[in-house]
Formats: sequence, structure tokens, C-alpha cells
Amino acid sequence: MLHVDMQSVNKWFDDLHVLRDITLEVERGERIVICGPSGSGKSTLIRCINGLESFESGRIVVDGIELTDDIKQIEHVRRGVGMVFQGFNLFPHLTVLENCTLAPIWVKKMPREAANDVAMDYLRRVRIPEQANRFPGQLSGGQQQRAAIARALCMNPRIILFDEPTSALDPEMITEVLDTMIHLAEAGMTMICVTHEMGFARQVANRIVFMDAGQIVEVNEPRAFFGAPRHPRTRAFLGQILDGRSARAAVGR
Amino acid sequence: MTALARLATLFRRAPMFRDRSNAIATALLGIAIAYAGFRFVEWGIVNAIWSLPQEAGSQACRATRGQGACWAVIAERFRFIVCGAYPFDQQWRPACACLLFLVLYVASTIRTLWNWRLLALWIALPAAAVTLLRGGLFGISYVPSEFWGGLPLTFLLSTVGFAAAFPFAVALALGRRAELPAVKGVCIAYIELVRGIPLVTFLFMASVMFPLFVPQGVTIDKLLRAQIAIVLVIAAYVAEVLRGGLQAVPKAQYEAAASIGLSYWPSTMLIVLPQALRVSIPALVNTFIAFFKDTSLVIAIGLFDLLGAAKAVIVDAKWVGFGVEVYLFTALVYFVFCYGVSQYSRTLEISKTL
Repeated sequence: MLHVDMQSVNKWFDDLHVLRDITLEVERGERIVICGPSGSGKSTLIRCINGLESFESGRIVVDGIELTDDIKQIEHVRRGVGMVFQGFNLFPHLTVLENCTLAPIWVKKMPREAANDVAMDYLRRVRIPEQANRFPGQLSGGQQQRAAIARALCMNPRIILFDEPTSALDPEMITEVLDTMIHLAEAGMTMICVTHEMGFARQVANRIVFMDAGQIVEVNEPRAFFGAPRHPRTRAFLGQILDGRSARAAVGR
Repeated sequence: MTALARLATLFRRAPMFRDRSNAIATALLGIAIAYAGFRFVEWGIVNAIWSLPQEAGSQACRATRGQGACWAVIAERFRFIVCGAYPFDQQWRPACACLLFLVLYVASTIRTLWNWRLLALWIALPAAAVTLLRGGLFGISYVPSEFWGGLPLTFLLSTVGFAAAFPFAVALALGRRAELPAVKGVCIAYIELVRGIPLVTFLFMASVMFPLFVPQGVTIDKLLRAQIAIVLVIAAYVAEVLRGGLQAVPKAQYEAAASIGLSYWPSTMLIVLPQALRVSIPALVNTFIAFFKDTSLVIAIGLFDLLGAAKAVIVDAKWVGFGVEVYLFTALVYFVFCYGVSQYSRTLEISKTL
């Protein structure tokens, strides 16, 4: 059975048609990277998967549960789907540990000690156990994003969504977050990741989805995507961002 | 350069002496302030009468009127101002009630108590204070609420007013943002209606109109009616303060809460409200201070809080004409509490780990 099944999904923001006929089928354990120019609808697409955005037509089934208008149904889906945001979105009034244990305690009704153990386990896995009792504001951006990943993992999700997880980070912190994500990928979780990190895409993705103007333009496995992009728009996009990268690298040198 | 010369330079460079018009304004204001200060010290301290012999009349004070303050009126009528018309031999009870409220205020500033214990204190201590004032239990005599007055009444009306209004205000503020049009409409109507009507009007309604609408034989204590009116009014104001706080919580926080599976109530109580409350602190303190003083309006329906008791003192034939001293004293008491609250709230705003 498909893990995430999107069929002909359409979404409008007033007159703006932000998702056009999106059909995306993700197998269990698959790692999908979604890329595309800004405003192409990538974030909106993955925000539909856990019901943060509604859609006007089409059908989304996540882990066997169909997303409908029913909030109970949506909450049911969210319990099994973790999400990591561009802006971290940690809860600033709670410590890192409390950020991680909140949902296990209140949603899964886990005893506090057990939740603490689980949280510490994940904080060790993202290599910030020593930050457990500090507040998010006291952490660096990279540490905050890793804490946010740990928070998402504490609900033991079957699917994890990343919405440009490294875009708000300073360059030297991007690697530590990408490393964490690569570790996750190796653990076999279904991952859907919106990112501009093409190195990460090449290394981790099973398939790369290229979006433009609300449409899926091309879906391809990484080697073919980078080596022989089928669509001219893909080629143009890759040309731009790879040029940008090498230009920046050249300046850096 | 000598220290004196350095001071002189510093003085010349200060903004208030930067040019001629500033210097003149500064000099004139300085003279005016110095003169007023001097006259106040002369009146309030040097020539003041601090106490009178027992059973003496107020002639000595009357003789110095205009030249010296008569603080003896405070000394002599202190217990009345603080405790109101409460039976004289029982005044340890209002004194203890005041102490209970002070304990509550101090306890509220202790961070380690910021959990269910503080909530318990906010219920237990006012309840204990009311029991103490009311009596009729544990062998202490019953004192009807008509005799309660002075400082404990001010504490009671404002503290219970704020505490009881708070949960109601939270409900109103959340209701105002609700998606259900009926809930939203009722909350908006309530808030706007109450905010559009003066507190005094509510007190009059509670005092005069309310008894007309209840069946004969049913009586509700006048103080309780006033207290309920105050609660209902504070709730509307606090609800608006909280609405501002709720708007300040970024949408991303709601989304993060939703993304880990929290539904409306846990997300509201654990994520949104704590953050909204924090940004609301300055405005909440402002509202508290305003109502701490506004409770003195109960004088309009014949209850004698701190200000009411003070007013009662100066209609007494012996002390007629010494209103300035009594009012200054009352103002000082109000100021001490309001200033204390506002200073404490500043430390809260600065604190990062709230």
C-alpha cells in the first residue's frame, strides 16, 4: 500500500491556483526530495500532507487515512506524521526537553518519565543531549533545528516532512542538520523533504520531484535528474542553482 | 582639572543648559520645584503635629492650620481608616485578613510556587480572609459585611475581582476568536457592552436594580453583588488585553503545535496561552492597577473601602477640615501598592525564562 497517496490535488489561494492537479505516490520507506523555484508550491504541497493547508479538490490518503474536513481525522494523520519547519518553530517558553515530551505526554498519554527517556534518546541521536534543559532562545540555529527534529521524532512518526529545514541557517550549521537528516534516512523512515540542498538530494533521495508554477514538472531518480533532466524548465532551474553554487564557492575561495 | 571644574563642565554640557532658553526654563522650573519642596517640608515635617495627647480635641491642629500638617489625625484614626467600621474589639480579624492578602501577593512573586500551589493559594487565602472577616465559625462572632471596610475591603474587591475575572476573561478572549459565529457574537457583544458602560453604573445596577429582579425573600449580600459587578467588568477589560496577547503569538506556533498532534485545547492551554500571557503582562498589570484603585467607586453604593473609610474620617466633626492629610495618607497607601506591582512586573518583562 502507498504510504502517501495524492491524487489530482488542486488548491487555490483566492484567484491564485497554487497546486495544479498534483499526483504524487510515495512508497513506504521512500525518500522524496521536492525542489523548484520559490513560489512553485513545494511548501504548500507538503503542508497539505499533514493538513496544515486545506485543498479544494482531489484526494490525499496518508498511511491509510484519508484527509477530510474532519479535524479528528486530520489529528489522527498528524500523530503519525512529523514535520520540521524552516523557522524551527520550537516553543520558546519550554525547555528543549519539554518541547520534545509535550506531545508524547499530552497526545500519547505517556508517563512523564518514559517520555523523558524517549526524548533524551532522540536528543542524543541528534547530538544535543547537553542542551535538554535549556530554552530554545539559548541555542544556535543548527541546534534549534536539531531539537526540532528530535521533537518531531519523539512522536515516533512513520512519515517525516521537512519544509526547507536548512534555509534559515548559517552555512556552517547546514552540515550538522543535513548529517542528522542523512542518519534518519538510513533508519528507513518515509521522508518527504523540500530543500535546495542538491548534494543532499543526490545522496539521499530515491526520487526527486521538480515543481514549477504549482505543477509537478518532472519526477526522476537522482542520477537521471541531475545527469539528464527531461524537461527544459528543470534544466533551466538546475543550471541556475548549480551556477549559483559554483559562483559562490568560487567567491569563497 | 579639579573635581569641581569637571562638575561645572558636566553641568554646562547637560541638555537642560544647552542654550539660553533651556537654561532659563531649567532655572525657573528649578526654583519653582525647590520652593514647592521647601514649603512641603515646612508644612509636612517641620511644623507638623504628629500626635496629640489622649482625649485631646483637635484645637492644637486647628491653630497650626495652614502652617503645619496635622498627622495626628492619621495616628488617631488609623485603625478606622485601615479597618473601617469593623467592631473595634474584633479588629485583629481585618488586620489578619490584610496580612493574608499580603502573603498572597508576596507568594505570587516566588517562582518556585508557580504551579498548582499558587493556584491553590489564590483560592485558599482569599477564602480564608473572607471567613475571617465574616466569622460565625470556629467560635468567632459573626460580622455582617456592612461593617467590613478599609484596606481589607480594597484588597478583597480587587484581588477576588481579578482572580475570579481571569478565567472568565480567558474564555471571552478565546471565544472572541472562535469559529462558531454564535460563540463569537456573544463574546463580542458582552465585551463591547460592558466596556461601553461605566463601572459606577454597574455598581448601581448591582445595588439598586438587581434586587428588583429577584423573587421576594431572596436576598444577596450587597458586598457580594458589588463584587460580582466588579468581576464582570474586569473580565471584559482583561479579555481585551488577552486578545492582544493572543494575536501576538505567531501562526507558526499554532502550526508547530498542530504538527505534533496537539488538538485545540492542549495547544491553547500549553502553547498559545502561556506565550500570550507573557506578552500581556504589562497590560495586565496596568489593568490590575487601574481596578485596584477603581474599586474605591464602591463608595457610591455605601461600601467603605480604604478611600471610603478615609472619607468617613473627615466628615467626623472633630476632624473636619483635615482632608488633605487624610487624602495624602490614602494616596500614599494606594501608591505603595501600585508602584510595587508595577516594579515587579518590570522584572517579569525583563526575565527571559518566564
